[in-house]
Amino acid sequence: MEENFEPKILAYVCNWCTYAGADLTGTSRIKYASNVRIVRFPCTGRIDYNLLLKAFALGADGVIVSGCHPNDCHYTSGNFHARRRWIVFRQMMEYMGIDMRRIKFSWVSAAEGAKWADIVNTTVKEIRELGPAKEFSTMNKEVTI
Amino acid sequence: MSRIGVFICHCGENIGATVDCEKVAKTCACLPGVEHSVDYKYMCSEPGQSLIREAIKEKKLDGVVVAACSPRMHEPTFRKACAEMGMNPFLCEMANLREHCSWVHAKGDATTEKAIDLVSMMVEKVKRNKPLNPIKVPVTKTALVIGGGIAGIQASLDIANAGQKVILIEKEPSIGGHMAQLSETFPTLDCSQCILTPRMVEVAQHPNITLYTYAELESLDGFIGNFKARIRKKAKSIDETLCTGCGVCTTACPLKKNPSEFNMGLGTRGAIYVPFPQAVPNKPVIDRTKCTYFKTGKCKLCLTKCPAGAITYDQQDEIIEVPVGSVVVTTGFNVTGTDFFSEYGYGKYKDVVNGLQFERLLSASGPTLGEVKRPSDGTVPKKIVFIACAGSRDPAKGIDYCSKICCMYTAKHAMLYKHKVHDGDATVFYMDIRAAGKGYDEFVRRAIEEDHVNYIRGRVSRIFERNGKLIVRGADTLLGAQPVEIEADMVVLATAGISNPGSEELAQKMHISYDKYHFFSEAHPKVRPVETNTAGIFLAGACQSPKDIPDTVGQASAAASKVLALFSRDELTREPVIAVVNRTAPPLFSTCVGCFMCQTACPYGAISREEIKARDGKILKTVASVNPGLCQGCGTCVAFCKSKSIDLQGFSNEQVYAEVMELLS
Repeated sequence: MEENFEPKILAYVCNWCTYAGADLTGTSRIKYASNVRIVRFPCTGRIDYNLLLKAFALGADGVIVSGCHPNDCHYTSGNFHARRRWIVFRQMMEYMGIDMRRIKFSWVSAAEGAKWADIVNTTVKEIRELGPAKEFSTMNKEVTI
Repeated sequence: MSRIGVFICHCGENIGATVDCEKVAKTCACLPGVEHSVDYKYMCSEPGQSLIREAIKEKKLDGVVVAACSPRMHEPTFRKACAEMGMNPFLCEMANLREHCSWVHAKGDATTEKAIDLVSMMVEKVKRNKPLNPIKVPVTKTALVIGGGIAGIQASLDIANAGQKVILIEKEPSIGGHMAQLSETFPTLDCSQCILTPRMVEVAQHPNITLYTYAELESLDGFIGNFKARIRKKAKSIDETLCTGCGVCTTACPLKKNPSEFNMGLGTRGAIYVPFPQAVPNKPVIDRTKCTYFKTGKCKLCLTKCPAGAITYDQQDEIIEVPVGSVVVTTGFNVTGTDFFSEYGYGKYKDVVNGLQFERLLSASGPTLGEVKRPSDGTVPKKIVFIACAGSRDPAKGIDYCSKICCMYTAKHAMLYKHKVHDGDATVFYMDIRAAGKGYDEFVRRAIEEDHVNYIRGRVSRIFERNGKLIVRGADTLLGAQPVEIEADMVVLATAGISNPGSEELAQKMHISYDKYHFFSEAHPKVRPVETNTAGIFLAGACQSPKDIPDTVGQASAAASKVLALFSRDELTREPVIAVVNRTAPPLFSTCVGCFMCQTACPYGAISREEIKARDGKILKTVASVNPGLCQGCGTCVAFCKSKSIDLQGFSNEQVYAEVMELLS
């Protein structure tokens, strides 16, 4: 493991549950690792898995995808689509050589501020142990996109 | 080149103490496309907003990033400020430096770095924002109120008295809710029914209110101003148009031993019953799970006795669909069940009752006609122990919160008991006395000082029976946790107020948020206490959190005023965050290949097929087309689109990829 490795982690979250949950983490002043950058989407259904590939291609060390719990989707069923897509793409991404431990898929509701902090902290800890994601950066050097 | 303005808010100390705002502003000033970058103590204040307005004018900005609190808090504020200067409001975005950065990280370079990242991410997004125009939608001026307790009654009357239509649904056979069960109310000791029943009658008679009792919400679709509610009117097995409410059937019914829900199981009712004498509507229903006819096909006594011929055994549940513009959720609360307190013998000993049961014993319309009698043998208890916080504020029981009403009703119970049984002895075990409210603390003091209720600060560990007495074993923590043992005739538990069973399911039907205790969540705990995160759906009463009658009524009126504000307009504007199918100048070259994956994914049926025809009418191509009135902007279609031909305004592929690329640059 490299010294002083600070993982770069992106979080793709839905506006109604996890974004609001992360707001609650703030309102409750629960501290978590500052390695995560949150990108807001209206719904996890909107999250295109190309975005995950893009993140890894550009050097992210980990990605969190989080939305409303099953049945709680603001848009009725977006999170179910996200879950299905996840099941399919997971195999594909594994095949492509992405370490699946670098992707965290979870449900965090607007009331689960503490859970959000927990997910971020465990993800950061796990990715710290895994070390930087090098697979794509080495590829990038060989093939310039 | 873009001309973006970046405005960094200190939020007093909230952001400023953790993030080096000056550094953020300076760094962001160097970002490509940023024309203007400043920091200020309070961006949301009038001077802060005018900073933005002036900069838009002077620097001819074509995009604004306000780095402050959550966009869920102040996005409308800043978008409005931009719109005042003639800028399209959707060219303004917020970077969340408070909830997502300064409040959750320690002061340091890493936090400031994150803040810079968040701002530059939004700068990249705003560069790609397009001016959008709000979508206009009509408003159906009918409100749906779910739950006919005091909150629902108050909200319905307020809306109806302002001249708007209301549909009130109640799952029980009568409206009234828990308030109808109460004996007297604190702190004035007014009779609860005397306050409530006139309002119940007013609801039933109001020309603007349509009341459906024994009815539940089946589903709710649509959006603010344009909801479509499906209501299940459960079969009452009586024809309401014929029934006169004479009550012959209820006396004729041979099954008299069913526990009455209204009397909390302390009284009984028939299989055909009116829950209580003042019920509105005062017409019976048949409980099909109890009725002999529905079990065996025999009996039919009510049918033969009914002088109006109103009994209809073959009645079916009816589902009606109504268009409504707004919803007020007032479904109330419940109290913890008997399985919750094995150590207190609740459910095992008949004389250990909960607060609502004791209300029924005190009530003049109750099973004992207002005389305090033990449920086990009907004798008058000479010694009663009241246990406050039975379940509330007890993490071991999974209820961390304070149920708010128990301190007051326990004082009221003890007081009313002393008024009824003069030689009786009342002891209250409490953790703290929380009597915040107008006249509340005075009320508790009156119970202690004038009515000589014995207050012991401490918890009860166990209740068990010995020689027909209930032995209450606890500790007095003001006397150094000295053990206390009281031989009581009766014990009243101030059980925790909990969310209604099925509230999670109901929230899911309406797509509103709920907390971990399944109470419905308000949009903002301070500044939007009666709104939900779903526009057009409002909350009132104990379905949001346990609360007393004045708070409930206040909140119900607040929700009603929100509904009325909504109904004061004929047309609403909705955020134009909707999907659009890319169209090229000759539509034939639209990149949409017509696979219609989007159509299968869309939860709103907003995507239809559009045929592109040649001049001779020949169909050249079939492409997807989005109905902007139906699209809610979830973007599920965008992720499904294989040819990247459908995009979501405000969260376009260009925008989100730019955000991701900026963060990882």
